Amino acid sequence: MKKEDSKPTLEARRAFLAKLGGAATCAGAVVGAATLGVIPAVSAKTETPSGGASFPTKDYDWTKHQWGFGVDATKCIGCLRCVEACKTENEVPRNAHQFRTWVERYVYLEGEKAVRIDSQQDPVNIQASGSEKEFRFANRYKDAKVEKAFFVPKLCNHCAHPACVQVCPVGATYKTEDGVVLIDHDYCIGCRYCVQACPYGARYFDEEKGVSDKCTWCYHRITKGLEPACVEVCPVGARVFGDQKDKQSPISLFIRNNRVQVLRPESGNAPNVFYVGIDKEVN
Amino acid sequence: MEPIIHFAPYTGWVYPNETVFEWSVLIAVYPYLTGLVAGAFTVSSLYQVFGFERLKPVAHLALLTSLSFMIFVPTPLLLHLGHPERAFNSTITPHLTSAMAMFGFFASFYVALLILEGWFAYRPFIVDQAQTKTGLLGKFYGLLTLGSHDVSEPVMRYDRKWIFALAVIGIPAAHGLHGYVGFMYGSLKSREWWSSDLMPVIFLFSAIISGVALLVVLYVASCKLRKIPVDAACVKGLAYTIWAFIMIAIVLEALAFANLVYKGREGIEMIMEYVTGPLLIPYFLLQFAIGMIVPLLWLSYMIWRGTTGRALVIGVTLCACLVLFSVFMMRWNVVIGGQELSKTGKGLLAYHMPFFGKEGALMAIVLTLAPLGLLYVLTRLFPPWADAATHAHS
Repeated sequence: MKKEDSKPTLEARRAFLAKLGGAATCAGAVVGAATLGVIPAVSAKTETPSGGASFPTKDYDWTKHQWGFGVDATKCIGCLRCVEACKTENEVPRNAHQFRTWVERYVYLEGEKAVRIDSQQDPVNIQASGSEKEFRFANRYKDAKVEKAFFVPKLCNHCAHPACVQVCPVGATYKTEDGVVLIDHDYCIGCRYCVQACPYGARYFDEEKGVSDKCTWCYHRITKGLEPACVEVCPVGARVFGDQKDKQSPISLFIRNNRVQVLRPESGNAPNVFYVGIDKEVN
Repeated sequence: MEPIIHFAPYTGWVYPNETVFEWSVLIAVYPYLTGLVAGAFTVSSLYQVFGFERLKPVAHLALLTSLSFMIFVPTPLLLHLGHPERAFNSTITPHLTSAMAMFGFFASFYVALLILEGWFAYRPFIVDQAQTKTGLLGKFYGLLTLGSHDVSEPVMRYDRKWIFALAVIGIPAAHGLHGYVGFMYGSLKSREWWSSDLMPVIFLFSAIISGVALLVVLYVASCKLRKIPVDAACVKGLAYTIWAFIMIAIVLEALAFANLVYKGREGIEMIMEYVTGPLLIPYFLLQFAIGMIVPLLWLSYMIWRGTTGRALVIGVTLCACLVLFSVFMMRWNVVIGGQELSKTGKGLLAYHMPFFGKEGALMAIVLTLAPLGLLYVLTRLFPPWADAATHAHS
């Protein structure tokens, strides 16, 4: 019995290989044909903005603007007013785990190689603020010898080629004509693929609403001629916002007058939040 | 009231929004089920397309297993969605750039293919039952004949052509479906742990071994339950299949890991800290050593020594159990492991699985075992055993 099992005849082998070849050819043909048609459509570089001239209100034409955001990290003092304003303005859940914007603190201590990084959500900072609903940086390094320290405000980068938009299975998250990445909460299915895909950790999942959420640059404000809430409350002008189509706007001047950089340029996402004064450890 | 947010403890620096694990154990169960489908279908195809006669006793069982598990594949996803009632949006208005959007189409196509192939394979049995059974069951089979009662030899020849064609289409479909699941992770650039070009093939080969292993367990268990002798040649055929594919699976996964370490891109220090720390037991010990290397060595030994009879059956069954466990650990280490490594590359998080709840351990176990319940019902309605009438014509 063993011999019969282990020695298939030559004919059987030939027949097997012929069938294998047939199956492989079929599969190859299907994959080949599909690939040719699909490649241009699914590439991360091909998202087309939603169409239409006058949107979202009849007084606002989104084809006439191209919004951009600047962060001057050299100015940020870590007061966290921006975080507070954002939570209030956008009804972001009042806890230490979901933010549309946050501030990171980078501290290099004398004699230490690795940078120490924390944000307002760190348990030590929450303890200092006294509540998960309030935000403050604890003075945790007051007795240490600090070589270098700075704050970096973070938010959604409203990328030109957003990974979140690319992966959304239903198109609930989309890029507007004026360069903002938005989420349709009435269409989002709550799969959280976008949360995983964002390399910047800008998205969170709102358990109560069952949908993903993130910074919109306060779209409800900017389309009425106002600034995003975080920009408006920043006491030192570390956050800059404006229309890149207007050459004299704050953001156009910010980009023109500074050597700006973006976060994780290697991702190919092409962010639209431009940074000044960040260090090599910031990503 | 229990807080809605279950945040994860962490060390180092992680983004604030990362402290909630968004993909739970259910998202590990999903590729596990899909993998079992693809693997079981491979076994059925080895018989139907490639004529591996020794797999005949499990050929129809493989088809039913594939169908049972495929029907349950969407359940972990539906339970995980924030708005399950909107699930069909991805099929009605698919966003074509999304790797996830095609799932509904691929899955529906594959379920249809499985049902069609099953119908052809079982047609003689269905016709026979429709003519002999009375009452509700007779009507049920009568309905399933779809009005076609002809089981003459020319018609059977025609049916066999269909079975062959469907099985041929089914191979790329099953493997495509699962490779695509791997692509959903491998194509994300946000996590170094996932972002591997080898991910789809790794998923594919681990899927094949898991499906074959499942059939070993199901076949041996069914023989014991039916009190019939186990066909050692069939078990040996399945053992060869596992042996061949497990080697590829090990090599692929080892290559992917070697690539990651050798390239040593940004964040590699954290990955090394992770794999030599929290992941040491789940990855190196459970997934690799116990789940893959032990079965490989054991199977090799049995093949070398020409082990047969009871020792072979017990050995292969135990190896199969280890493989099933290993492949689940692989899904776990990808899905949960990927999220335990922070996107910052500077911190680690720890996932704590709740036991109860919509996305807890109990639900994961129920969803993994539920297809077996369906399979039991299907085997009662459509006996897949080689000694039954069903194989008289196929």
